[in-house]
Amino acid sequence: MNYVAQRLLTFPLILFGVSILVFVAIRLIPGDAITAMLGTEAGLLTPAQRASLAAYFGIDQPILTQYFRWAGGLFHGDLGISATYGRPVLAIILERFPLTLELALLSMVIALLTGVPLGVLAATRNERPSDLVVRMLAMLGQSTPSFVLGLLIIYVLSVYFGIVPTMGTFTPLTVDPLANLGQLIFPAITLGFAFAASVTRISRSAMLDVLSDDYIRTARSKGASQGSVVWQHALPNALIPVVTLSGVEFGYLLGGAVIVEQVFALPGLGRLVLDAISQRDYALVQGTVLFIALNFLVVNLIVDLLYVALDPRIRLGSN
Amino acid sequence: MTALLSVRDLHVGFGRDPRANEVVKGVSFDLEAGRTLAIVGESGSGKSVTALSVNRLVDFGGGRITGGSITLQQDDGTRLDLAAADERMLRHIRGRDIGMIFQEPMTSLNPVHTVGRQIEEAFRLNRGLSGAEARNAAREALERVRIPDAASRLGYYPHQLSGGMRQRVMIAMALASSPRLLIADEPTTALDVTVQAQIMALLAELREETGMTMIFITHDIGLVAGIADRIMVMQQGVVVEQADTSQVLDHPQHDYTRHLLQSVPHFTSGRAARHDGQRTDSKPPLIAVDGLVVRFPVSKGLFHKPAAVHAVDGVDFDLVPGETLAIVGESGSGKSTTARAILGLVQKTRGAIHARAGRGVRPIQMVFQDPFASLNPRLKVESLLAEPAIANGQHKDAALRERMNFLLRRVGLPADALDRYPHQFSGGQRQRLCIARALMLNPEVVVLDEAVSALDVSVQARVLDLLIDLQRELGLAYIFISHDMAVVERIAHRIAVMYAGQIVEIGDAAAVLSDPQHGYTKRLIAAVPAIERRKQRFTLDATQVPSLVRPSGYEPPPARWREAGLDHRVREETA
Amino acid sequence: MRVLAALWRHPSGRIGATIIALYLMAALLGAVGITPHNALKQFPIDRLKAPSVNYLMGTDLLGRDTLSRLMLGIGQSFVVAFASVACATLAGTVIGLLAAWWGSLWDGILMRVMDVLLAFPAILLALLIIAIVGPGTFTSVAAIAIVYTPIFARVVRGPALSLKRRDFVDAARTFGSSQGYILTRHLLLNLVAPLTVQVTLALAWALLTEAGLSFLGLGTQPPAPSLGLMLSDSKNLMQHAPWLMLFPGLTIMLGILGFNLTGDALRDILDPRTERRTA
Repeated sequence: MNYVAQRLLTFPLILFGVSILVFVAIRLIPGDAITAMLGTEAGLLTPAQRASLAAYFGIDQPILTQYFRWAGGLFHGDLGISATYGRPVLAIILERFPLTLELALLSMVIALLTGVPLGVLAATRNERPSDLVVRMLAMLGQSTPSFVLGLLIIYVLSVYFGIVPTMGTFTPLTVDPLANLGQLIFPAITLGFAFAASVTRISRSAMLDVLSDDYIRTARSKGASQGSVVWQHALPNALIPVVTLSGVEFGYLLGGAVIVEQVFALPGLGRLVLDAISQRDYALVQGTVLFIALNFLVVNLIVDLLYVALDPRIRLGSN
Repeated sequence: MTALLSVRDLHVGFGRDPRANEVVKGVSFDLEAGRTLAIVGESGSGKSVTALSVNRLVDFGGGRITGGSITLQQDDGTRLDLAAADERMLRHIRGRDIGMIFQEPMTSLNPVHTVGRQIEEAFRLNRGLSGAEARNAAREALERVRIPDAASRLGYYPHQLSGGMRQRVMIAMALASSPRLLIADEPTTALDVTVQAQIMALLAELREETGMTMIFITHDIGLVAGIADRIMVMQQGVVVEQADTSQVLDHPQHDYTRHLLQSVPHFTSGRAARHDGQRTDSKPPLIAVDGLVVRFPVSKGLFHKPAAVHAVDGVDFDLVPGETLAIVGESGSGKSTTARAILGLVQKTRGAIHARAGRGVRPIQMVFQDPFASLNPRLKVESLLAEPAIANGQHKDAALRERMNFLLRRVGLPADALDRYPHQFSGGQRQRLCIARALMLNPEVVVLDEAVSALDVSVQARVLDLLIDLQRELGLAYIFISHDMAVVERIAHRIAVMYAGQIVEIGDAAAVLSDPQHGYTKRLIAAVPAIERRKQRFTLDATQVPSLVRPSGYEPPPARWREAGLDHRVREETA
Repeated sequence: MRVLAALWRHPSGRIGATIIALYLMAALLGAVGITPHNALKQFPIDRLKAPSVNYLMGTDLLGRDTLSRLMLGIGQSFVVAFASVACATLAGTVIGLLAAWWGSLWDGILMRVMDVLLAFPAILLALLIIAIVGPGTFTSVAAIAIVYTPIFARVVRGPALSLKRRDFVDAARTFGSSQGYILTRHLLLNLVAPLTVQVTLALAWALLTEAGLSFLGLGTQPPAPSLGLMLSDSKNLMQHAPWLMLFPGLTIMLGILGFNLTGDALRDILDPRTERRTA
């Protein structure tokens, strides 16, 4: 109980810190906001027009007031209006979120389905040929940047198979599953490859640790079979670090896949931030970054709460 | 009568080339059904590896049997060579014919499975039980090992149980299928003395009930005196002596056996206590502890009242020059916390510690229990020894080096030790380094916190002798913390017995050991394994250590003391 | 040192160390100007030439030799990687050590601040920093350093906390050793092993991130060559001039691989836990 309470208490604290960081960071971006928004036309404005625009966007108020107005708006789900699109920021984010979410989920599924079995296999065949092969593959996967792999995949597909992945508009899963998957499968493989490599390595390492623990020896002394030892005794203990890592990487993918989005020209959250920064769309940058950070924090919190389910030592404390 | 287990010329090795790295070099013994064999040896003797080879668990730790045979007589009378059997056959044998219990009950139980599930698994694998049948069997197994409230304990996780209870669970698991052979690998080494006695009594009783055969591995030859029919002494992978218990203990043939028997501190109920350095009232105390209280706050979450662990709850004693005061107790008694409070390593909650200014800058120094953890592995011995001096303003000059060399010689270490690193020394040598380091500042008092507990028996004896010599030569006073009564008997002038954070009995060593007054002291002394008392049976009892966590603001009832002799006080026991 | 010898004996360590050595050599040569061709000079006549004896890795759209540009690019990447990791190590170690040593309140404050930084996916944080300061080499260094500092702080804090409880630290306290002495000789000295491993892995990650940032056009600015930028430029010419994508891609990969292999080997050598596993 103490553990859960502690985590739940620090969560708003960190969120608060994040919001301040984002707010300050945006304000530090050089360039007068109005000039940035209107470009050269800003020079044509009269002082009165400037003042009214400033009042409209609220940038004439003292910093503290601006922060509280913005923070207050957050509770209503109001992240402001995007200057580039002229629409509420939250709406734009929510349009793009499904793609990012789906991509992250697909990558994680690929990573877990390949990584965990491979890691367990390598651990049980420690130092034998299959172990070495798995380790080499995993090492390769960790060392290949996503954009390199992405480009490679596009190259192979276009040159040898004549397939050009659809770029630009995004077909949601609900509208046309096949087209949707067709568009996302290659980016998912690209991201999933490195993710899978990490999962493989951590699964293998955790399993090796657990397999040399004393209680495994006890299980064997009772006459338990190798299969039972691996899957019922060892794996539940080894899963804990795997869950942590997967959670962290999943959270990362929820906004950090900007490079892959760029390579495959996907309209995701990462690219949204990138474009918004270059367009000096402060409200959009602010809102999107905060949204991404919030997701990340929530995922981490869920992972921490999963610990409680997985590890009775945390769930029940010591007597 | 053919033996249940017959081992012939067993060779076991590790690593890439097992034949070149043999740990067991030709061990042979016979074990008849219903008898108990104790395999005794120090670290590196190969005793554990021998045991793990019988059910072939060595294979999973990188070991290989490179020669010899292990013949087991099965239920139907046929004989099976376990050394040559395949994994399928072995799996069948493990748990069903051969059960095993291990040294560390904490790590030997799966932390994410309930106790009930782990015991049920044993029944499922070896007796084919399942469902409600298995659950019932598990509950009965727990009752058999005297765990109170067995039905609800089934749902507990290992970390929720105490060390003694966890070991009982292990025993219940191992005996689930009534195996004909039980291998016990140092099952009590990690337990407190009184808990150890309980477990030994339990094992003896279960053995009588089931008539099972047992192999008992230990480093403590005194412990198995009461339970073993035969003793086999091992050294460096070879058997040096093997005979019936009374033979080995009363008429040892081999030098090593004699050496072991001599080194093991024999507990003689106070007869061997020290008589030099008796207390005379003329010497003012070096240290006077008055009403020491140390409490650690415990956060139990938002919705619970604040509580605290009462580690030390009102302790008074004093120490005069040249005297050794032993503070004896088990885990949770508060003895270590008291020592750390005296040295300022732990914040005291209340009470006074008066330390008379001594000849050096820091008159009180400490030697810790674990020789591997008390020396920074990255520093050379020279830096390690110089640190106390440098911390107090001295420079690294010739005088300092001279002092270091002097102390090294005095503790029996070579002069070239200064250029070496800690890992290049053995456990006993490292402890000598720690003693030398403690003496660098010419202290008056040295606190020895279980300083010999982690050492092998023969090494222990030598370090104790060194400590006694140093005390006489340098006029040192010691506070000797220990749980081992036999060791305490050799070195203490006075003894203070601690239980649950309080002193329950204090006085002259001979008086306390020969005529214990407090109930706990009596229990503690009765639990000490002693060769002289091997005929005595261990009595079975399941008392648990009380919890030290109390709600905030709780004060223990004031102590009432009773005089039981010239220098012998006992705390009155509350009903 | 013994460690280097052990590294050489370790199979993957040997490969990793060799790669790093080769890259260092290439970077140094590039820095002093010893390259097959002038990396910056354009020869429009020779543009988009496939790999040949003269141009071992072909040329790009402006007729610049790929190999020479790669050598300079490696130098760029290494400078950014080493500089940023050095800063992160320094800052992170100090923060982690002090948080562990002071404990309770300060530990809470310092680690919460680290948590706030860690709440952002790394790339995002880097983007934000670059948005504020503007793209360039220096910014890349700063961005990567800021992103990695909390990771070092975490890596140091754990072991430091358990070291703090060890007997030899208590012993030092009983002598009256100063806090500085304890922090440096007792704690820091024993943290060298996990730190070394983490530094090597951080270098691998820094290389990867620097390449990524350059790919997005936010790193080293042209005309200075950078591996990521070369890769991004090659995207549209992929069909006609695959060597423009392959060589920079392979170079980045191999560099990261070198550090990863070395880091793994170092972990095997320096981490005492592996002794448990050898049997």
